[in-house]
Amino acid sequence: MKILVCISHVPDTTSKINFTDNDSKFDTNGVQFVINPYDEFVLTRAMWFKEKQGATVTVVNVGNATTEPTLRKALAIGADDAIRVNAEATDGFFVAKQIAEVVKNGAYDLVLAGKESIDYNGGMVPGILASILDANFVNACISLEVDGSSATAVREIDGGKETLATSLPLVIGGQKGIVEESELRIPNMRGIMMARKKPLNIVEPSSFEPTTVSINFEKPAAKSTIKMVDASNVGELVSLLHNEAKVI
Amino acid sequence: MSVLVFAESTEGKFKKTAFEAVSYGKKVAEQLGTTIVALTINASNTSELATYGAEKILKVSSDKLNTFNAKVYASVVKQAVENEGANIIIIDSSANGLYLAPLVAANLEAGYASNVVALPSSTTPLVVKRKAFSSKGFNNTEIKTATAVFGLSKNSYGVFENSVSSSEEDFSPALADTDFGVNITAVDKASGKVTIADADIVVSAGRGLKGPENWGMVEELADVLGAATACSKPVSDLGWRPHSEHVGQTGKPVASNLYIAIGISGAIQHLAGINSSKVKVVINTDPEAPFFKAADYGIVGDAFEVVPQLIEKLKEFKAQNA
Repeated sequence: MKILVCISHVPDTTSKINFTDNDSKFDTNGVQFVINPYDEFVLTRAMWFKEKQGATVTVVNVGNATTEPTLRKALAIGADDAIRVNAEATDGFFVAKQIAEVVKNGAYDLVLAGKESIDYNGGMVPGILASILDANFVNACISLEVDGSSATAVREIDGGKETLATSLPLVIGGQKGIVEESELRIPNMRGIMMARKKPLNIVEPSSFEPTTVSINFEKPAAKSTIKMVDASNVGELVSLLHNEAKVI
Repeated sequence: MSVLVFAESTEGKFKKTAFEAVSYGKKVAEQLGTTIVALTINASNTSELATYGAEKILKVSSDKLNTFNAKVYASVVKQAVENEGANIIIIDSSANGLYLAPLVAANLEAGYASNVVALPSSTTPLVVKRKAFSSKGFNNTEIKTATAVFGLSKNSYGVFENSVSSSEEDFSPALADTDFGVNITAVDKASGKVTIADADIVVSAGRGLKGPENWGMVEELADVLGAATACSKPVSDLGWRPHSEHVGQTGKPVASNLYIAIGISGAIQHLAGINSSKVKVVINTDPEAPFFKAADYGIVGDAFEVVPQLIEKLKEFKAQNA
């Protein structure tokens, strides 16, 4: 089985979000970038398929050279090789189209991606990619088994979960549950050394017209100050929620 | 030109998010000087949608569509869009909506804006505001394509009554057997419990509760309020509560009207997941907890003393207002 794992290069979850250039760009100053947490869950599942079922694992990112440390980290975790599509990731549709080219050229059977990235939260790439490839698709996937060409996936639904029978070729939009938090791997020194020698191939993008364009960013409106209620007067909270906030 | 809203239903009944999507779609149609069509699949009481402004209701009925199948549903939406000549498609942000919308966008080669939180700020060019950076920012996005798909963020616009006289029409899309590549074999759904996704009120607790055995009062508080229960990431990592209750940046997003946080300090990742909630209440022993900077109402105090009192006061309130 040939697995392709889509890796998004995103600000660490603790990052302060600021914008620059008249609010047209995300301010990367002082921001540490990491593998998108949702992608890290599916990458870890890919490692399981590699170790238990002999799958090969390629990681891909659409981005400029600054994303390479993130791809190297994925290699250090255990991916066999990496591909960077040398283009700014303008929107989800664009990224999906670029990755679709990679999938067609590499004949991957299974494509794993996080269900969304924690920066733009588009949640677009896995679904659009599956559509372009005419592959089966499961979103919000919290469990995945593959046996030959058939697959069993569990997806989260509102208020529960649903088990699905499907087959390869398959695209997954995954999240926590596909592996547990405790199963995530921190690259060890040997992994980091080996990652330096693993192939990281740079491919030039295909040209596509953008379907959306980012105009600018805004920060949420500043919060008004909190109203404190004394612990001995809990009844006041009930009255505030009813009369002032009007939520009960 | 028209606006098409996919009005999602489960077992024939519309979700609140379907009414919100129709309320929103009606306003978008007014902005564009056009009309709104609501697409329903195997829904009963389709006339309910007229209350929220649906001028035309397109009804699809098929036994093959009794359970949600994203690829098949996306094909149905595409055929409806072509049938109606719709150029803006609105889909809610339920689990099914998030699964469906990118497939619809791909089918129609349409620009897709997800997590939309407001009406378009401009119609030519078409610009909408969407949440980004896990609600730590917003992005104004221009859709460049002739057809646009909006994923409407939950509880961001609201449900508004706007009664219109509506026409209903049956629609029979072609269903290709080859599209049924993903099939449900089992469903595991808690019945009778309010889900985080649908809840108007969410009661959430953290490590401050000291152990899973102390969740009784959280559940009782949720019961009194008709709320869903949730928890912080450490609590789900410790196995005190199921993962499905974890809210935060990598857990479930919460966009309720009221969010009550008990014994949760308010790490930046937790706040990212809940700051779309309208009113936030924090109960914590530590007055320095970061949550106090993000909340609307706060009580510094021991949850084991405050929560039982709150339950009692709410019961009194309910009795008076019943």
